[in-house]
Amino acid sequence: MPDQTAKEPVLEVRNVSVAFDANRVLDDVSFTLYSGETYVLLGPAGGGKSVLLKIINGLIPPDSGSIRIFGQEVTTMTQNELFKMRRRVGMVFQESALFDSMNVEDNVAYRLNEEGVDPKESHQRVEESLAFVELSQAINKFPSELSGGMRRRVSIARALITKPDLILYDSPTGGLDPITSTTIVELVLKQRDESHTASVMITHRLQDAFFLATHRWDAASKSVQQIPNGGVDESTKFLVLNEGKVVFDGTTLELTHSEDPWLQNFLS
Amino acid sequence: MKFVSPTEFVKDKLVSVQEYSLLCGRALAGLFSRPIYFSDIFTQMDSIGIGSLPIVVLSGFFTGCVLALQSVSSLKEFGAVSMTGTLVSLSMVKELGPVLTGLMVSGRNASGMASELGSMKVTEQLDAMRALGVDPIRKLVTPRVSATVFMLFWLTVISDAVGMLGGGLIGVFMLGLNGHSYWRTSYRALIYGDVVQGMTKPVFFGFIIATVGCYFGMNTKGGTQGVGKATTQAVVVASVMIIITDFLISRATIGIFGR
Repeated sequence: MPDQTAKEPVLEVRNVSVAFDANRVLDDVSFTLYSGETYVLLGPAGGGKSVLLKIINGLIPPDSGSIRIFGQEVTTMTQNELFKMRRRVGMVFQESALFDSMNVEDNVAYRLNEEGVDPKESHQRVEESLAFVELSQAINKFPSELSGGMRRRVSIARALITKPDLILYDSPTGGLDPITSTTIVELVLKQRDESHTASVMITHRLQDAFFLATHRWDAASKSVQQIPNGGVDESTKFLVLNEGKVVFDGTTLELTHSEDPWLQNFLS
Repeated sequence: MKFVSPTEFVKDKLVSVQEYSLLCGRALAGLFSRPIYFSDIFTQMDSIGIGSLPIVVLSGFFTGCVLALQSVSSLKEFGAVSMTGTLVSLSMVKELGPVLTGLMVSGRNASGMASELGSMKVTEQLDAMRALGVDPIRKLVTPRVSATVFMLFWLTVISDAVGMLGGGLIGVFMLGLNGHSYWRTSYRALIYGDVVQGMTKPVFFGFIIATVGCYFGMNTKGGTQGVGKATTQAVVVASVMIIITDFLISRATIGIFGR
């Protein structure tokens, strides 16, 4: 178990609540993410997971509560401060959210182009990023020419190109077939074990969540392997939301051994 | 149709006015601080200005033609057919040129902006832009506002010119007027105040078209159906605002210049 007292939290969510009209979407949500950890946000659809991720990235303001990223309070930031903070955060959207008027290269290089990075360097970094998601051949294609899984991979490449300190994955496997979903989870896993970047991943697919917890990236064989002897990855934690409330926050083993009837029913 | 309480209705409208005002303020502020997206401004100028040129030329030309054709029968009763040029030029420069051009560009571009930004909103592209550290108002709205204001001004000048040309051609070839006399009366009819009035209007109209189009686009809700609704609302609201603003500017300039 990593010594969390010695570590500075990358993300601290404290008592966050938000309501849209009369509908309370998040109710007093709290959790802390430390450097190198991956939090898997589980829960039924409509439980407020995507809203929580957008609140973390400052895209939606909460009604109450506090969010600190890299030690800075997000809820009181000005627009310009938010844009600066987001340069250290990579986000993968539920439906990829690629810019459909741009090709893959321009989509992936979007942030670099905005920062005025030299076109040669930018092209090289796009190639590296696309190679990471094994999509080098699609560099000149437009989003409309890509399959759903390929779009997610481009979206991941776009989020990772600046080597962010925090990555937010909003249902990266949502709406994909099982084989493509596994490919995407393998990419998340590869990123987790290669760069040890703190990340939050939403999923409503239990198999994806437990695949992430029970497998690791083997750099030598460049493949995903199951952790031997039924072991689990200690840096992967779970947060389960139901109707906007946290019903579980803990490790994989704590989740699987929970005696909460709702959790047991959800996991079964 | 869903009925809401009057209080909720008024609150909703006030919030919309507040959000629209904030959008306008931030779009204008984007012109005076870095980064300024010049390439996007030029792209929008091409799309809005050059793209709207055919409809503006055609509508301006035929409006001038029909103005000459219709006015000559009334003027004949007073023995003032030679005033056709005066009537056409004053009508085109002060009123019809700016308003018709505004409405044409509104129909073409307010709808285009609302649907483009609306599609980006419902597919989370605007959120993605924010997440990538880019301000969508600075990147998308400011270039559209500045390009529309600039290009609508010149489109109105072109519309005025082709309208007067159309009136002249009708006057000379169909009504038997003297061409030299037509142009002389057209030119001499216009005083400084008329030109100022006619050139002030497109600046306001351009601002209305772009900000209304972008406002409805950026506030689109409810998928593809929402995009369609936003597009319709943008054209309707922009057109009505153009007509109302036209009245206000006309009243103000009449007050200032006396005509």
